[in-house]
Amino acid sequence: MQWETVIGLEVHVQLNTVTKIFSGSSTAFGAEPNSQANLIDLGMPGTLPVVNKEAINKAIQFGLAINADINQHSAFERKNYFYPDLPKGYQTTQLERPIVGAGAVEIELADGSKKSIRIHHAHLEEDAGKSLHEDFHGMSGIDLNRAGTPLIEIVSEPDMRNAEEAVAFARKLHSLVTSIGICDGEMSQGSMRFDVNVSVRLAGEEKLGTRTETKNLNSFKFMEKAIALEVERQIDVLESGGTIDQETRLYNGDTHTARAMRSKEDANDYRYFPCPDLLPVMVTDEEIELLRNALPELPVARKERFVSQYALSAYDADILSGDLHLSNYFEGVAAVSGDAKLSANWVMGELASYLNRDDISIRQSPVSADQLGQMITRLKDGTISSKIAKQVFEACWNGEGDPDQVIEAKGLKQMSDSGELEKLVEQVLADNAAQVEAFRAADEGKQKKMFGFFVGQLMKLTQGKANPQQLNALLLKKLND
Amino acid sequence: MSLHDKTLKQLRDGLQQGEFSSRELTQHFLSRIASHDSALNAFITVTAEQALAQADAADKARAENSAGVLGGIPIAHKDIFCTQGVRTSCASKMLDNFISPYDATVVTRLKQAGVVTLGKTNMDEFAMGSSNETSFYGPVKNPWDTQRVPGGSSGGSAAAVAARLAPAATGTDTGGSIRQPAALCGITGLKPTYGIVSRWGMIAFASSLDQAGPMARTAEDCALLLQSMVGPDEKDSTCLNRKVDDYLSGLNKDIAGLTIGLPEEFFPKDLDGRIAESTQAAVRELEKQGAKVVSISLPSVKLSVPAYYVIAPAEASSNLSRFDGVRFGYRCKDPVDLMDLYKRSRSEGFGEEVKRRILVGTYALSHGYYDAYYLKAQKVRRLIRDDFARAFEKVDVIAGPTSPELAFNLGAKKDDPVTMYMADVFTIAVNLAGLPALSMPAGFIEGLPVGVQLIGNYFREDQLLNVAHRYQQATDWHQQSPVFGGDK
Amino acid sequence: MAINQDTVLRVAHLARLQVTDQDCAELSTRLSDILAMVDELQQADVSDAAPMAHPLDVQQPQREDKITETDIRDLVMPLAPAAENGCYLVPRVIE
Repeated sequence: MQWETVIGLEVHVQLNTVTKIFSGSSTAFGAEPNSQANLIDLGMPGTLPVVNKEAINKAIQFGLAINADINQHSAFERKNYFYPDLPKGYQTTQLERPIVGAGAVEIELADGSKKSIRIHHAHLEEDAGKSLHEDFHGMSGIDLNRAGTPLIEIVSEPDMRNAEEAVAFARKLHSLVTSIGICDGEMSQGSMRFDVNVSVRLAGEEKLGTRTETKNLNSFKFMEKAIALEVERQIDVLESGGTIDQETRLYNGDTHTARAMRSKEDANDYRYFPCPDLLPVMVTDEEIELLRNALPELPVARKERFVSQYALSAYDADILSGDLHLSNYFEGVAAVSGDAKLSANWVMGELASYLNRDDISIRQSPVSADQLGQMITRLKDGTISSKIAKQVFEACWNGEGDPDQVIEAKGLKQMSDSGELEKLVEQVLADNAAQVEAFRAADEGKQKKMFGFFVGQLMKLTQGKANPQQLNALLLKKLND
Repeated sequence: MSLHDKTLKQLRDGLQQGEFSSRELTQHFLSRIASHDSALNAFITVTAEQALAQADAADKARAENSAGVLGGIPIAHKDIFCTQGVRTSCASKMLDNFISPYDATVVTRLKQAGVVTLGKTNMDEFAMGSSNETSFYGPVKNPWDTQRVPGGSSGGSAAAVAARLAPAATGTDTGGSIRQPAALCGITGLKPTYGIVSRWGMIAFASSLDQAGPMARTAEDCALLLQSMVGPDEKDSTCLNRKVDDYLSGLNKDIAGLTIGLPEEFFPKDLDGRIAESTQAAVRELEKQGAKVVSISLPSVKLSVPAYYVIAPAEASSNLSRFDGVRFGYRCKDPVDLMDLYKRSRSEGFGEEVKRRILVGTYALSHGYYDAYYLKAQKVRRLIRDDFARAFEKVDVIAGPTSPELAFNLGAKKDDPVTMYMADVFTIAVNLAGLPALSMPAGFIEGLPVGVQLIGNYFREDQLLNVAHRYQQATDWHQQSPVFGGDK
Repeated sequence: MAINQDTVLRVAHLARLQVTDQDCAELSTRLSDILAMVDELQQADVSDAAPMAHPLDVQQPQREDKITETDIRDLVMPLAPAAENGCYLVPRVIE
């Protein structure tokens, strides 16, 4: 049987405001438990919410970035349910009147094809706290620092047909929200979390199958794996004559397993109603225009600029424009080195592989854009060879100093003094008289192959510091003497 | 005249002129509470030590010429207002152990004005009730007849003021909780326009209806207290950012030419004829002073009780979800799991009426019933507001009885919530519309006080207080004082 | 509309209230009485009325994104029935 997968995403994006959506508590990550939970965040009796202007503005900017309708009259509602990390017994969110209406995002797939994914709406809401299970001898500890952090929940239409599309969409959103500066994009800190709705149906079938929701995936990798796992499970169930239960599931990335959530067993009835402590949020045309004008360059525009300004290939430009921090880093390197192409190669090559190896984000790179730019400058001015450059980069990565310091301290400068190099060439030729004889007797084709032997010997002798062009010229001259 | 018979205004003047100190005054009221409150149960918590310290501070400020406008005057707060360092129980077992970590804005404002806090007054649990019988701390008794209820939910504040245990008190009014007990206890109480007094720190019952207001013996005293309670507050999104009105300077204005509307719906056929007559008599007094009286109709007002008993419980069911035994308040013993923690903490911590209303509200919001109940009630709410808006095109003030009945016997309606809900039949529409209204003493029937309700247009508290003040210049109902257990 | 005992139990569960079998019958009667009174609403003609969530037509004020709150953990933690290591303690949360 031929199955088709249908995927819709709900993406929670933490807005990078200084304070919470309804209180003046800090949203900084990693503080002592409950040290950033004030009277309002704790749901103390008698406390009331007041909306953070920045949260509204950032949500609107997201809407503008995806060409969505901005609802000039939006409203907050209460979603009622009991959970220890939800201090008031309701989450303040939006339902009937979300601030961002329908829009769309274009994704690009590996084969170069493009696809538009529709956004149903995006709404503002408050994040919940965290339940901690370690170190509480069988109980759970509740930390409410995160409670009240502003979120936008972006709800897509079920427009994706496989994990690749879902990941491309998720990455696109990551790129968008970081580019317009409304989210720090730190996945490891939960700044972006994905709920994935998956169903399968027989190819050609119009009616959607029963879907499951896999909640709280916090990396692209886990998302891809969780989708694959769920699709496989659903097909297995259906092919063995079973039916899919509409349920909420949890994916465990460590074990690559998933299971239905127990806490959601009883059918939820959230009893939404307009929050009586908050009034309608009104936005004027003028305010929207101001926010539109303040919108930073979008990834699509940046990509085009990278192609025209730096003469990068479309492929390189796409990668480098996708993430704001990566874009800024690349432009920093290019500005210092004055060579965009070389900068792009180093950022996407050596730097990317080190980031990947150590599993850190570009913002955590121990080599700054300045340093990489300086190193490329040394490469271009012939101070070091590209082979040595890799050594310099590794030393910089390990915190051994700026490129110039490393080159100096390790004596990695290219040997460009022709007198010294000449002596070394003569020494190698003298030490390998038989090979020299053979070279001189050989025809042109064979000579080309044999030339490498001499280069290798000399590189060994100079520990790679010989300037390759100079070396080649000298060697050729001496061999043909 | 003993100190406790003086009005707030007289006490203020006495303090200003150095006739007595705040310490003497505070001590006097504390002594009265100590010797008389056992007969009334009007206070949940008496903060004697803090009160005397505040009194000394007020006397010192007075000596240094830096006393606030109400410097040194003792009052009581309904136990629904958060008071830092003092138990704030909302008359519930749920909050019996809750020492508030902060002050409500109303409390802060009055502190800034220099008042001394005698203590926290009894009330219906979470302000849900019209008789003060739902309190975890036992019912309050009406000082005019201690076999009878004082009304509710601000019954403790009303009884304390009526019995001269405090010159004035704060109250809150969600469906009549200031006005109905004021009427049943023979004092003056004002529910302001929704949004002119901050709700920050006032434990929420129904957020879109709740409003704090003053309770005192006279309209003038209510004006004095209100003046120090109102004003914008950045902590409450629903508190209006508008300049504060002057409630004092126009109190004695001539009311000649003022139009008073009498809604036919406030005088139904089955209304106690004596209450109707007391109301008419009060209106005649205003007519004597030059007011014009016209008959009006507010047809949708008859739906205010059903609309209210959807909206208020719906909001309450959500507002009371935070009482879950996790961060503060009551927690059941040895919960076996999370569900057990929630269910037993809430079932043991809340009283019966609170639980009933939570259930009604939960039901009204639940899947399949939202449109039929909640949404419908919200639409009816608009009809009611529109009725008032039309009426205020023709009249300045609307008058009628505050309560359809006199103070009833304790326990008389305890097992019949629907009959109890009808106690607020004349007061509820005002909360749904968000209008200001007051109740003032307008006579006695069989030794029990009768109250008349005056309803004003939005932000016209000044006019209501003016009319009531003029009425009180011509009558002495508000000066009568009850004789109750051990008083003489 | 009458509320039967099953509905009472369902709604009580949503509201996290415990209802004994004994209470359930009485609650069913009481709540049915209340709803019978509330059902008067159904007679109202509300075809032209927009729902009214707030008494006044005003809009939400918005505050500046500035930190105004300080760490009050030591002040409020003692109010909790159970706490440990700066966290509120509850029976184990099972997701």
